[in-house]
Amino acid sequence: MTLHVSADLAPTGALTPSIAARRRRERGTAWLAITPALGLLSLLLFGPVLAVMLFSLTDWQIGSSTFHFLGLDNYRALLSDALFWKTLSNTGLYVVLVVPGTVLLGLVVALLIEARPGLRSFYRAAHFLPVMSTMAAMAIVWGAMLHPTIGLVNRLLAEFGIIGVNWLRDERTVLPALAVIGIWQNFGFAMVLFVAGLKSIPRSLYDAADIDGADGMLERLRTVTLPMLGPATMFVVILTATRAFEVFDTVRVLTQGGPNFASDVLLHRLYTESFDFLRTGYGAALTVVYLAIVMLLTLVQARVLDRRVHYS
Amino acid sequence: MPRLGELARHGGLLLTTAFALIPFIWMLSLSLKPQAEIFQPAFHLWPQSFHGFENYRIALTSAPMLRFLLNGLFVCATIFLLQMLVCVPCAYALAKLRFRGRDTLFSAVLVGLLVPPQALAIPHFVLLHVFGLLDTYAALILPWTISTLGIFLMRQFFRAVPDELIDAARLDGLGEFEIIWRVMLPVAVPALAAFGIFSVVAHWNDLFWPLIAVRSEELSTPALGILLFRDDEAGQLMGPLMAGSVIIVAPLILAFLFAQQRFIDGISFTANN
Repeated sequence: MTLHVSADLAPTGALTPSIAARRRRERGTAWLAITPALGLLSLLLFGPVLAVMLFSLTDWQIGSSTFHFLGLDNYRALLSDALFWKTLSNTGLYVVLVVPGTVLLGLVVALLIEARPGLRSFYRAAHFLPVMSTMAAMAIVWGAMLHPTIGLVNRLLAEFGIIGVNWLRDERTVLPALAVIGIWQNFGFAMVLFVAGLKSIPRSLYDAADIDGADGMLERLRTVTLPMLGPATMFVVILTATRAFEVFDTVRVLTQGGPNFASDVLLHRLYTESFDFLRTGYGAALTVVYLAIVMLLTLVQARVLDRRVHYS
Repeated sequence: MPRLGELARHGGLLLTTAFALIPFIWMLSLSLKPQAEIFQPAFHLWPQSFHGFENYRIALTSAPMLRFLLNGLFVCATIFLLQMLVCVPCAYALAKLRFRGRDTLFSAVLVGLLVPPQALAIPHFVLLHVFGLLDTYAALILPWTISTLGIFLMRQFFRAVPDELIDAARLDGLGEFEIIWRVMLPVAVPALAAFGIFSVVAHWNDLFWPLIAVRSEELSTPALGILLFRDDEAGQLMGPLMAGSVIIVAPLILAFLFAQQRFIDGISFTANN
């Protein structure tokens, strides 16, 4: 942040009375205009962030009138809790499964859609539909599709003589199954961002590639398209990682973190501790960890965006 | 070889389109079938015995489905309206007025952008509990009346509006707040539309906060409503459950199909800023 020394800090003697009056009016208007936002920012954003940090240092529970200051005990409990580490590794695994699948699929679809004009807007709308759908309801539908006997997935497998498992009730398959739903939910979003990236590649680069004899489809892809999509790809990767990291709906609707905590993810654990068990202090400590990770991801994203400006 | 390329393109896209759309088709298909047929070993996309009317009737009568939709509409519209009332003047001040503390406030907005809404759940819950507002519409709406994203996006947009326009309005004797609502707002319609779509889609689909804020069925938003219906007796039946899902998913999907470009711009515009 650069601080601009604004003109109204100059000695007012340098200003004519009318301008000084106008400055004053401008300041008055400004304060009037920002007051509601400032009040709500303090009450609903910055106050709560501080409150969460404070709660995480106490054993206070919602509704109780007493509390004890614990220092970092909640965090110590968190770090020695095997379940917390399981939750963290589940979340990590989910992100690691969802991100490459989403980015690759999104990229391939974007390239295919933009390759030619035929049916372009139909394809774009169709792939974007999952992004727009209410996930709680679609999770229920995925639950029906993954049903061990009547679900579409196992019916299809049976056609090939494969006996499918009970995907959401099996410790080994529950997270991959949720990841497939995560990819389904997000790849249309990745596609739209890639299409924007493709549109911003200057035509002249392709003309130059033609002159250099790189005129085949794959050649052009290798020499121009993919290198130019580098920054866009970075951006999509981080955005998808952030979205995958915030997974909650499908877990809550389909598995409640089970079986045997195999699909318990960070946000679901946070919800359960804070609002099912009402362990406010512990939940607040979890929240601080969650906040730190998301902020880190977002900061990385901001850095990437800054870089992206220089490309365009 | 354009023919071959075209064929390969449609072939590939047909596969990915199928992946995207099959859950919707499956949902529609099951919503038209009686329970017995759903559990048959043989599968037909179109029901052997049409049970659609029955399923949708059960979904609409055993849970207040339409009320969930109206709740969603009311909550999302109110949130967006309040966000506008708060964000637009603040964004205008940040973009066009000189006052002490402007840069500090803008830095605060940028920091606010980094905070994920789920991280505020505990204090919001406590705040609403203290004021006795849990399990009311207010609980669903109030925490979201401030949007740092809204302030940020509107400020970016207002900065691009030429100062001459504002000066001309001042010369015409308009007060500053008249300028905000009568000059800046009409100019900012595209940015507002994009942010509005983003805001409405986010809150319509949100499950995390409604799950915390309300308990009563009559206050439930669509995402929460479909869960309540599933835990109902009628929701144990696959056909009505799928019919209910169709009813919950349909409004946003239809709105999207009517204004595709707007929606795609709105969702990606906010991502790109």
